[in-house]
Amino acid sequence: MDVSNKEKFTLSSELIEYIDSCKQQAHFKSFLINVLQRIQDIHGYLPQCLMEETALRLGVPTAKVYGVATFYHMFRLEPQGKHTINICLGTACYVKGAQRVLDAFKSHLNIDIDETTEDLMFTLKAARCVGTCGLAPVVMIDNDVYAKVTPEDVLTIITKYRQS
Amino acid sequence: MNTKGILQRYFEFKEQSLSRLRQQGYFDRCKIQVGSATCENASGAEAVYREFDKMIKASGRTDILLHKTGCTGHCSSEPIVGVFKPGEIPVKYGEVTAQKAFEIFTSHVQGHSGPVVDMILDKKTDRLYRNEFIFCGRGSQCEGANDKLAAVFQEKLNQRGLGDQVKIGSGVCLGLCAEQGTPVSPACFVFPERIFYGNIQESDLDEIIDSHIEKRQLVSRLEVSFDKIHNHFFDHYGDVEYFNHQLRLTLKNCGVIDPESIDEYIYYRGFEAAAKVFENDTAETIIDKILKSGLRGRGGGGYPTGFKWRNTYLAKGDEKFIVCNADEGDPGAFMDRSMLEGDPFSIIEGMLIGGFTINAKKGYIYIRAEYPLAIKRLENAITLAREFGFLGDNILGSGYSFDIELRLGAGAFVCGEETALIHSIEGLRGMPRPRPPYPSVSGLWGCPTMINNVETLANVPVIMLDGPQWFASIGTQNSKGTKVFALAGKINQTGLVEVPMGTTLRDIIFKNGGGIKNNKKFKAVQTGGPSGGCLPEQFLDTIVDYDSLTQAGSIMGSGGMIVLDEDDCMVDIAKFFLDFTQNESCGKCTPCREGTMRMLEILQRITEGKGTMDDLTKLERLGNLIKRASLCGLGQTAPNPVLSTLRHFRDEYVEHITNKRCPAHRCQNLLRYNINPDKCVGCTACARVCPVRCISGSPKKVHEIDQQKCIKCGMCYETCKFDAIDKL
Repeated sequence: MDVSNKEKFTLSSELIEYIDSCKQQAHFKSFLINVLQRIQDIHGYLPQCLMEETALRLGVPTAKVYGVATFYHMFRLEPQGKHTINICLGTACYVKGAQRVLDAFKSHLNIDIDETTEDLMFTLKAARCVGTCGLAPVVMIDNDVYAKVTPEDVLTIITKYRQS
Repeated sequence: MNTKGILQRYFEFKEQSLSRLRQQGYFDRCKIQVGSATCENASGAEAVYREFDKMIKASGRTDILLHKTGCTGHCSSEPIVGVFKPGEIPVKYGEVTAQKAFEIFTSHVQGHSGPVVDMILDKKTDRLYRNEFIFCGRGSQCEGANDKLAAVFQEKLNQRGLGDQVKIGSGVCLGLCAEQGTPVSPACFVFPERIFYGNIQESDLDEIIDSHIEKRQLVSRLEVSFDKIHNHFFDHYGDVEYFNHQLRLTLKNCGVIDPESIDEYIYYRGFEAAAKVFENDTAETIIDKILKSGLRGRGGGGYPTGFKWRNTYLAKGDEKFIVCNADEGDPGAFMDRSMLEGDPFSIIEGMLIGGFTINAKKGYIYIRAEYPLAIKRLENAITLAREFGFLGDNILGSGYSFDIELRLGAGAFVCGEETALIHSIEGLRGMPRPRPPYPSVSGLWGCPTMINNVETLANVPVIMLDGPQWFASIGTQNSKGTKVFALAGKINQTGLVEVPMGTTLRDIIFKNGGGIKNNKKFKAVQTGGPSGGCLPEQFLDTIVDYDSLTQAGSIMGSGGMIVLDEDDCMVDIAKFFLDFTQNESCGKCTPCREGTMRMLEILQRITEGKGTMDDLTKLERLGNLIKRASLCGLGQTAPNPVLSTLRHFRDEYVEHITNKRCPAHRCQNLLRYNINPDKCVGCTACARVCPVRCISGSPKKVHEIDQQKCIKCGMCYETCKFDAIDKL
């Protein structure tokens, strides 16, 4: 993973435009999180060189940018799989057997939490309550929510993404 | 500031909205309503919507309106579809699939054979009743009298052979008496006429049967008028048992309006409260009203909202901010999501009134990035509100200018704490800081900042329209109004319930929630998420309000309510929550960072069967220390799940330690699988699935598990068709 992390990216013109528009506004440094979110939307993670470029453009020390990027769970510092599988481990899902669903994903994908499959298809994550407790246990893949998932459903779900 | 004419301008606006709705046929077309929210969509609502769309187009009918709404919070029965034919009882269907949609459309909407009775929501009925009488009930002072009258009524109906045509139900206190000034109890709401009868005596019942039921003539001398902002919810859903045990003040529009239509919000008196306030009130009178209403913060702290508003109003500063805290992080709580997805305009209106009070020019909504649909709907609502002049410069000609910006969280639970939230909006690491100074004095960029929770803000328009006295008549001495609870876990009807403060836990779990799933035994209810505690059976008659729950050793929190049954291990649950808070601890203060880690290690030991009795004393000492010494609410409440389970379920901890046994069979390391030689037929199924091959035995002979090698995965237990494997 370290090798790809040294890949060189530059901020797209869109992002530069966005940063410049932020700078027009009061308290522009407060937009740091928004900028990082947009970078992650495009690249799937926060490449180091882009964080450095952001620091320069926004006028925020690089250390602060790293500080923010490492504080929030949502930011990822390494390349991610094409699809992110979030297993909800909120209370409701947990008492309804989310752990077993998680174990099924782990064994089918042969990776642990916060790891990515070798073909860069899937990244497995444990989520904190996605707010659909009535349908527990819940799995969220990218922005799609799967309800009442059983360990037996797991293979079908994975296959669906592999084939598409 | 010239405030005259604001209300008039508002009503002109409203007239335009109404005329647009009329053009769409909103009032006279047959409406098919499909829920649309994260949870609805996950259970397949989008496919149902498309199916209806296809069928309407194919039928060529132009008198049908396909209508999208937010979710009603009746999660276990989603997707929910409502068919509203003008002049008929509204019918709601639950767990609709694309297949069932076809049946509903041909049979009910096209009218070939009427409503599809066996698919009706909750399936509590096998027929459509001619009339439904919902008597006032729980939460009111007159509960007993109403129940007694309802029983007599039922008796009389049965005698006259009408028992199966008329349904008698009991609801919650709707606040009817407080509205009328004098008691009108016993009282009831009647479907399909949608009227209220009050002051009903036993002697009036025959007349109601003769006139109302038999001849369909209203008994006008008993009619009472009741005009409250939330009535329309009861109108739409009051005939469903799940909803008539609720009083929907903050969730009044969820499942009724299209959350993407500002016209529909305005039709249900949206922005009227703001217009009224702009025309008639000053900051002082608004604060006075909020104080009188007794509203307290719904995010967990329970701090009186009026004090917060007054403090921010009085604080010195040229620039002030209002922030809506929509960082709903408690696992198991989803009322804010439902509100933001189903009724985003109410939050905007609440912020508008709050902003006007403290004279803020700008408001922020800090929302979790995990709620993409809520964000989309809020963005749309803000854009529409700007277009219609409810946000922006010189709102409704009042001279007051206000705008709202969305800020997304990035997945940090601690950001629900107000000082951490401020840091996060400022673009920093979301770490809390000591208070005072409170944000009301020094918040965002050092300016006075008023931070309110979503549900708190949703109450504001209600208080302004229905009056603080009326609002204060609902609830208990020190907790006014209603509270939304998110019911989840081992309960039959999961979902959102909004009940008057003072309802008992038993009522919420067994009446609203329909009891425990699969007829298991109730063990405990966990309230308040990771900051709260677990209450056992003997606390079921505790009423829910801020003070009673605290006294019982838990907290109200944001309203998550997880029901646990006999299969749940309390040590495991405590460990689960502590694992959560430990993970989310921001690391700034030592008691929380190190303390929760050490507590978690002890719990880990206990669940592995390596604990000692001394560990329990350690847990208590450490827990109390963390509570006292932590910097912010996260640490101050983190030990609660452990301390409350230690208090109420100490036996279970002891069982783990001394007998190395988990009574609920949850803690994997303490499990033991044994093959019962009397039942084993030697089918070899277990031996074949065992991942570590620790089951020995030849075909048709009794098998045996090698306990030394067994990893306790449970595969054999699940595979055995002869019930021959015991879990101990």
